Amino acid sequence: MYNENIFDYMRTEKLPHIWCPGCGHGIITASIVRAISNLKLDKNNIAFVSGIGCSGRTPGYLDFNTLHTTHGRSLTFSTGIKMAKPKLKVINVLGDGDALAIGGNHFIHACRRNIDITAIIYNNSIYGMTGGQFSPTTPDGFIASTTPYGNCDPSFDVVKLASAAGASFVARGDAFHVLQLDKILQKAIDHKGFSVVDVLTTCPTQLGRRNKMKKPWENLDYIANQTVSIKKYETMSENEKQGKFPIGIFIEEKRDEYVETYTKRVINKAKGRK
Amino acid sequence: MSKLELLSGNEAIAKGAIVAGCNFYSGYPITPSSEIAEEMARLLPMNGGKFIQMEDEIAGMGAAIGASLTGAKALTATSGPGFSLKQEHIGFAIMTEIPVVIINVMRGGPSTGMPTYPAQSDVMQAKWGTHGDHSIIVLCPSSVVESFEYTIKAFNLAEQYRTPVIVLIDEVIAHMSEKVEIFSNSHYRIKNRIKPSVRPEKYNPYNVAFGSVPPLAPYGEGYRFHITGLTHDETGFPSMKARIVQDLQERLIEKIESKLKYFSFYEKYMTDDAEIIIIAYGSVARSAMKAVKDARKVGIKAGLYNPITLWPFNNKRMRRFAKKCKHFLVPEMNMGQMCHEVRSSLYGKNVNVYHLNKANGELISPSEILTKLKGVMHV
Ligand SMILES: Cc1ncc(C[n+]2csc(CCOP(=O)(O)OP(=O)(O)O)c2C)c(N)n1
Ligand code: SF4
Repeated sequence: MYNENIFDYMRTEKLPHIWCPGCGHGIITASIVRAISNLKLDKNNIAFVSGIGCSGRTPGYLDFNTLHTTHGRSLTFSTGIKMAKPKLKVINVLGDGDALAIGGNHFIHACRRNIDITAIIYNNSIYGMTGGQFSPTTPDGFIASTTPYGNCDPSFDVVKLASAAGASFVARGDAFHVLQLDKILQKAIDHKGFSVVDVLTTCPTQLGRRNKMKKPWENLDYIANQTVSIKKYETMSENEKQGKFPIGIFIEEKRDEYVETYTKRVINKAKGRK
Repeated sequence: MSKLELLSGNEAIAKGAIVAGCNFYSGYPITPSSEIAEEMARLLPMNGGKFIQMEDEIAGMGAAIGASLTGAKALTATSGPGFSLKQEHIGFAIMTEIPVVIINVMRGGPSTGMPTYPAQSDVMQAKWGTHGDHSIIVLCPSSVVESFEYTIKAFNLAEQYRTPVIVLIDEVIAHMSEKVEIFSNSHYRIKNRIKPSVRPEKYNPYNVAFGSVPPLAPYGEGYRFHITGLTHDETGFPSMKARIVQDLQERLIEKIESKLKYFSFYEKYMTDDAEIIIIAYGSVARSAMKAVKDARKVGIKAGLYNPITLWPFNNKRMRRFAKKCKHFLVPEMNMGQMCHEVRSSLYGKNVNVYHLNKANGELISPSEILTKLKGVMHV
């Protein structure tokens, strides 16, 4: 797994990063870079975009065309980039609050269009940056700074949401099963169309601390125990499925990509009329 | 070679955008601006550009900024409620210095207000709608021809000053039809953003060594750099150092305000000997013009000043008027937004500033202005 090439893709002078010791965000970032390195992509042709949150700080450490936008709205910027310059490979990282709460509308519409962008959700089930308020993926009963009596808000299943909204590649990985995550991310980035990877990860500082997982490894252990392969998940009883998340690739389909379709169906027709 | 076309203000804006080199539009439909989107959806794909209807106005603004970062000239258009939604991203474009043009066809508010009636209710929102200190260029045409011309200028200014530029029009201008003489593209002076002349390793997106507007490289041409809405240093990376942040804040204002003389567009009519100057913009300037002519006939020495560049407001010109003229009247289709600015520009001068306000969807007629002139000038 160790891949010294990853530093070729990083702005190493910007390290150390701002993330807390033991934060899962770094594990995902390294995995993304390995995927890019394995695909041998040209740095000049990658636009790497994020919103606001701890996850939002990722682009600053990477040596691409990088853009740190606003909370929840990063996919709209990515959409403009991809439309205007389709040769760019657009990779967009998001927090769970970023992608699913404030950015939920943009998220489902990007899925629907099937525009060629890879959306990677750093899903730590909490608002890390702002001090541990609950997010749309905080588990039932968990303590967050705004759920002092335990969370009673139902949560989103990112895989189901993205599938229903029309993404042509949908997968889930996690910060514990890193070898698998590398492979999933590589496929997601290589995929033509809108690809979504829900990456379950940790926030020992804001989530773990309040929920008896203060030590980073305890939070990571929790993630490891939560996840099962899709194959195994299918054999489990409804009872056993409670609180478990299947990991792997759920959807990988060849479907018309938005910008190509626009070019074929709109631009060509319009030019004929001129 | 030129041809005459009968266009509405909204159509003229779309035509002007194409002439200016606009090749990207992203937005969300809203009355009374929707015809701009409809025209762009038709025109862009046949002129080498792309159109996308986004899921809301926030997205329309975000996509426009993203496209601009790749080197495109991007446009979005909206009206009151949508303009409110765009504000966070307008601030992002100011902070990151990304050129983009925003058209706001004003309607009455607050809230849904009067969607199909004219108003001039966003004069202050255009200036101060987004949070934080900043300067912004806002142009306000008063005719269909001007809508065409000032859209081209808006793109030029956005490119030249690396900044969002807002064009405000009211519903009357948006929907009325007038003849516009359109020349071939070479007739118009089109400005493009300055690209870096240094090698990629040497490039900093906020390097002000050569002036207060740093060159901007497009994404995907070998210049790999970082853009953030956080306060940043010349490299584009976040900085919270007091000195650097203060310099940035000052430069973002300075780069626009100190160059006002190059783009302080206006129209003056009979102001030289005027005893009372009407300050009017947008469709009200047309009523005011007629009122000035009528007033002269009954012996009132009136004049008209139409500040087409609404923001930054030209205080110096106002103070020059005040050397000779002691009475000012500001008729506007709102409850006194520009009047407020006129008063503060004349602070300390021994003058009277009168107001005439209507925010009920009705136009301000020449006769209403004349009646007001007669009243204040005791004729
Ligand atoms: C419009 C807006 N609303 C709220 C915020 C404050 N805010 C910043 S980050 C954040 C949530 C971060 O959580 P998440 O998206 O899950 O990312 P994480 O920090 O956990 O990586 C919030 C609410 C903001 N920056 N902008
Ligand atoms: S607050 Fe949580 S998500 Fe943010 S850096 Fe710390 S551990 Fe990571």
